[in-house]
Amino acid sequence: MRIAAVIAALAALAVLPQLISPYYVTLVLPAFAYGIALLGFNLLFGYTGLLSFGHALFVAVGAYSAAVLTAKLGVKSLEAIMLVSALAAVLVAIPVGLLSVRYVRIFFGILTLAFGMLFHSFLFKFYNLTGGDTGLRVLRPSLFGFAFPNLDKTSFLVGPFYYYCLGLLAVMGLVMWRVVGSPFGLQLTAIRENRRKAEYLGVRARLFCMIAFAISAFYCAIGGVILAVNTGQADPDLAYWTHSGELVFMTVLGGFAHFFGPLVGAFAYVFLKSQLMSVTEYWRFVMGAILVVIVVVLPRGLIGIAHDAWAKVKRS
Amino acid sequence: MSAFFDILLGGVFHAAVLFLVAAGLQLIFGVQKIVNLACGSFYALGAYFGVSAVAFAVSVGAPAYLFLPILLVAGLALGVIGPPIEALLRTVYRRDEAFQLLLTFALVLMFQDILRFFFGANPQQLGDMVMLYGTLSAGTVLVPTYNALVIVASIAIAFGLGAFLKRTRFGRILRATAENREMSQAVGVNVGRVYATVFTLGTVLGTVGGALVVPTAAASLDMPVELVVEAFAVVVIGGLGSMRGALIGALIVGMMRALAIRYYAELEMLAIYVVVIAVLIARPAGLFGRPVE
Repeated sequence: MRIAAVIAALAALAVLPQLISPYYVTLVLPAFAYGIALLGFNLLFGYTGLLSFGHALFVAVGAYSAAVLTAKLGVKSLEAIMLVSALAAVLVAIPVGLLSVRYVRIFFGILTLAFGMLFHSFLFKFYNLTGGDTGLRVLRPSLFGFAFPNLDKTSFLVGPFYYYCLGLLAVMGLVMWRVVGSPFGLQLTAIRENRRKAEYLGVRARLFCMIAFAISAFYCAIGGVILAVNTGQADPDLAYWTHSGELVFMTVLGGFAHFFGPLVGAFAYVFLKSQLMSVTEYWRFVMGAILVVIVVVLPRGLIGIAHDAWAKVKRS
Repeated sequence: MSAFFDILLGGVFHAAVLFLVAAGLQLIFGVQKIVNLACGSFYALGAYFGVSAVAFAVSVGAPAYLFLPILLVAGLALGVIGPPIEALLRTVYRRDEAFQLLLTFALVLMFQDILRFFFGANPQQLGDMVMLYGTLSAGTVLVPTYNALVIVASIAIAFGLGAFLKRTRFGRILRATAENREMSQAVGVNVGRVYATVFTLGTVLGTVGGALVVPTAAASLDMPVELVVEAFAVVVIGGLGSMRGALIGALIVGMMRALAIRYYAELEMLAIYVVVIAVLIARPAGLFGRPVE
């Protein structure tokens, strides 16, 4: 049943570019990027119970690594870029995580926010290295060694790049599925439910939180690379704390208690935001109001609504 | 020597304003256990509303030198938004902190557009009103009287708040509720009313802070999200929930900022966060915070 739904969703996404205009296809790309980032983010938030308000930091590390690699060092292979960016994010995540996972609950959130802003001010102020507020350009990478020189920017993005990202999302989703189902994933859940009790049972809580933190940074950086290739730009706003807030928003919108919640949330958020922006300049207000409703009335998110609706259908 | 005093006064002035916002944040965290991301939004609201209130008062014939009391009244009047927002937050008191934080984040998003709707996207300023009060001088050191007044007002508020929390009956009730909500309720404290009062007080500290700063800095739409970052640095350095921590944290952050602006502007926020992280490594709970587990 669940496998059938996943295959149906992947098939629908695969035929989507044939059905809708290129503009809407380019909207799906950030949803892929956020989907990958949130898979990692939710390992920390949904499964381990640690709410980070600074994970935009790792998205920005991914985006800036892509910029430096493509525009300054001439590396064009997307596989190499993703690997290097993700490893860079893990390198950053180790000291940040070591300091942050000593804390739980709200203190963890504030500390990660502080680290995110530290990186933001670094990006913002060190103009020579990072391009300051304008950021850095990200050049088009090659996919598995193919550069697609005869495609213009849009046809590259909605063509090969789209399918590349779809495949990447599927692979990284599958890996994360195995991670959360593994003994490691179950121990993370035990830490979330009762950290002290888990420690008594021999779970090395701090180490495991640290590993979850590093994995989440890895995923967020890959999401950041895709975002940056899509826009052709890496700018400091990617690291700003409100962007971290958006990551949390998406996760809760979809439903953090469910494996597929963040993916649903990423697609819903990106679509909702673009629609609202085209209708009103006050889209932030509407998004805020939606978040209020989700938090107060529907804490299980869109997946929760779908679950209840499905249960009702089955009963009748 | 005069450069030294310039930096000192600039730092203390910034610290005075930052303290007000951070005190509001600490008060709400101490009692309601909610970290209010919207503290910066209240601050910006105070700033914008202060500009409008002074402009309105001057247009109906009030003398311009009254702007300081007008700003104070404008900041205090914004306390009316406290109770309705507290009523919204009340729905999540018993929920996970993630939801509480997200709800205040939703307020940040909404306030961003509320400010845009009422005051427009362009920054707003009061003009040169600060100069109306002249400057104080001691030897070669010059300080605008207005800045000195704000510093004095902030110190007065700090002492007033301390006396209120320590010596009054309501202050004791408030601290008891912060310590143990259920027990206070059991001995007959109206916890709902305490929460509404505390939240309103925290809001007013933020709006007054914003109103007082606006003669020296423009009110802009970046204000809410930028201030949160500094206010958080203050409470993390000082220790979450501690009033003394807010005071010392504000002084540290204010001075760091003044020093960085003077000598190496690139380091402004970076320097503040280096201090934040240094404090956290040495004293994880902040300078005056209680250890957490």
